[in-house]
Amino acid sequence: MSKLLKEKIIKIEKLAPLLFRLTIQSEYIAKNAKPGQFVNIKCCDGIDALLRRPISICSVNREQGLFDIVFEVRGRGTEILSLKKPGDILDILGPLGKSFYAPKDNSKIAIVGGGIGVFPLLFLLKELRCAHKTAFLGFRSAENAVLLDEFKKESDSMYVTTDDGSLGSKGFVTDILEQKLSEESYDIIYSCGPVVMMKRVAEAAQKHEIKCQVSLEERMGCGIGACLVCVCKTRKDDGWEYSHICSDGTVFWSSEVIFD
Amino acid sequence: MVISEDMNIAVDIAGLKLKNPVIAASGTFGFGREYSQYIDLNQLGGISVKGLTLEPRQGNKPPRIAETPAGILNSVGLQNPGVHSFIENEIPYIRQFDTAIIANIAGNTVEDYCKMAEILDDEDIDAIELNVSCPNVKAGCVAFGNNPSGIYEITSQVRKFCSKPLIVKLTPNVGDIRETAKAAEEAGADALSLINTILGMAIDIHKRRPILANNMGGLSGPAVKPVAVRMVYEVCQTVKIPVIGMGGISNGDDAVEFLLAGASAVMVGTANFVNPRACIDVLDGIKSYMLKHKYKSIYDIIGALELNQ
Ligand SMILES: Cc1cc2nc3c(=O)[nH]c(=O)nc-3n(C[C@H](O)[C@H](O)[C@H](O)COP(=O)(O)OP(=O)(O)OC[C@H]3O[C@@H](n4cnc5c(N)ncnc54)[C@H](O)[C@@H]3O)c2cc1C
Ligand SMILES: Cc1cc2nc3c(=O)[nH]c(=O)nc-3n(C[C@H](O)[C@H](O)[C@H](O)COP(=O)(O)O)c2cc1C
Ligand code: FES
Repeated sequence: MSKLLKEKIIKIEKLAPLLFRLTIQSEYIAKNAKPGQFVNIKCCDGIDALLRRPISICSVNREQGLFDIVFEVRGRGTEILSLKKPGDILDILGPLGKSFYAPKDNSKIAIVGGGIGVFPLLFLLKELRCAHKTAFLGFRSAENAVLLDEFKKESDSMYVTTDDGSLGSKGFVTDILEQKLSEESYDIIYSCGPVVMMKRVAEAAQKHEIKCQVSLEERMGCGIGACLVCVCKTRKDDGWEYSHICSDGTVFWSSEVIFD
Repeated sequence: MVISEDMNIAVDIAGLKLKNPVIAASGTFGFGREYSQYIDLNQLGGISVKGLTLEPRQGNKPPRIAETPAGILNSVGLQNPGVHSFIENEIPYIRQFDTAIIANIAGNTVEDYCKMAEILDDEDIDAIELNVSCPNVKAGCVAFGNNPSGIYEITSQVRKFCSKPLIVKLTPNVGDIRETAKAAEEAGADALSLINTILGMAIDIHKRRPILANNMGGLSGPAVKPVAVRMVYEVCQTVKIPVIGMGGISNGDDAVEFLLAGASAVMVGTANFVNPRACIDVLDGIKSYMLKHKYKSIYDIIGALELNQ
């Protein structure tokens, strides 16, 4: 169950010129959040940046009742967020959305993340108890490739690509994934990032008959399934229907989703 | 919560009895379920449910929302499970709560509207709200609502099948809203609700394309409030039937503006997205205002506006 909360910001760190990590005190979210879930944040009081901004949960610290989000400054809302100070109170609705499927302990899993989509997958890596974890991470450039030490710590093998080749191999993260899939198999692949990337991940998973989950993104109104704006096409009987990403997802089995 | 034993806040809108004047606006509150984790639905005067059509509808392509200064544009396009699923699955749910159910209906043809009114007239709902003002669907709907003769035609036809209080929801996308208001009244509407969303557009300058997949959408939220207050005032001056006011209401003070302008009740829409407790906050705000100015009855403020001379 999600709640409307007023929580205190403990720490704010600049990870890259436009990337920030906020640490927030919240017993409720720390206790209840599952990987793949997000919070919907009112960036400031009043009518500026009117709607809440959806941001994924990047990690939780259950003992201390803390959770982290990592976000990129894109527009007004995230800019206001980036100017917050420790001690400020944040108006949060969460945790929202469905979480990733938890595989059996002896599973071999892979995560495939692109851009800001990598952060919710860090939470997943931290929570999963399974035999082997591989991380495939794609970034625009070295500058944006943050928290790699944490990804490294939480995974058994890690591959990094950048669009410009400034770190790891040059190209798309899906290129490496496809290459690896010809040598290795996984029980399940989890993906979050740009739609074009997730579509390729889903196709690769299907080709190799691997179960795959994707976490989708769309512009949101309410974040709780009431306004019906955040849709994606999913399969239904012989046809399709519009599902709602905030409440039916954000996590879907890739076989359910129709990527246009 | 503001408590005052001897305060009378119940309103009667042409037979639709509400224990207080705050209603959740259609399309912003689903069927109430989603909000029940944040507020007690028993505290609401009523819920106007998501716009219903005869058959289920999938709605428009995403993106369906764009934020604009102090508002939002939406182009949901009436995604809904259809009137039959509403009757089977949603009415029993909402009926658990002590709140009025207003069925908001839309269609492509006059026959669609009449058929739905006929079906719903036998069901356990408290009123029907004719949505002839949705800017987000191609056929029908708004075409009836944007001119007096269209409104007259559809209202008088639906009236024949509807014995429950019939509310006609007006679009602001007309030259003179008093004319469509009058047409609805003459055709037998019991009450009017306004405003629906204002047709608008937002452009992504980097992609040189509209943000909404549908190109245009309906504007709502604080940005529309002054326009809505003006229209509610004009309509209240023109018709004798009760008016339900809405457009950008986020707190009690906003709601009081509408009540002073003549509205007998208010609906809260976009504010629910920003604050899931918005309806309750609006209600508490109205009570605080009454307490502060020592009003005992909500009817002391309805239409109490005095114009500057
Ligand atoms: C489920 C979910 C999880 C997300 N998790 C993260 C995360 O962990 N880290 C992160 O940096 N970003 C994340 N995003 C994207 C983030 O929500 C947007 O970048 C942010 O809303 C932009 O707001 P703004 O005011 O800065 O930009 P503006 O462009 O000014 O925003 C205008 C409006 O468009 C919406 N919007 C703009 N871009 C997006 C987008 N890409 N997705 C959804 N809505 C958008 C905004 O919410 C706002 O309503 C997530 C999005 C979703 C849907
Ligand atoms: C996402 C969304 C969906 C809506 N759907 C409907 C609908 O199905 N039927 C209807 O009559 N009005 C619909 N409306 C209009 C609202 O009921 C209301 O008239 C309008 O939003 C103005 O009020 P507000 O500024 O408080 O939101 C919708 C509005 C929004 C924002
Ligand atoms: S954002 Fe409102 S239904 Fe998903």
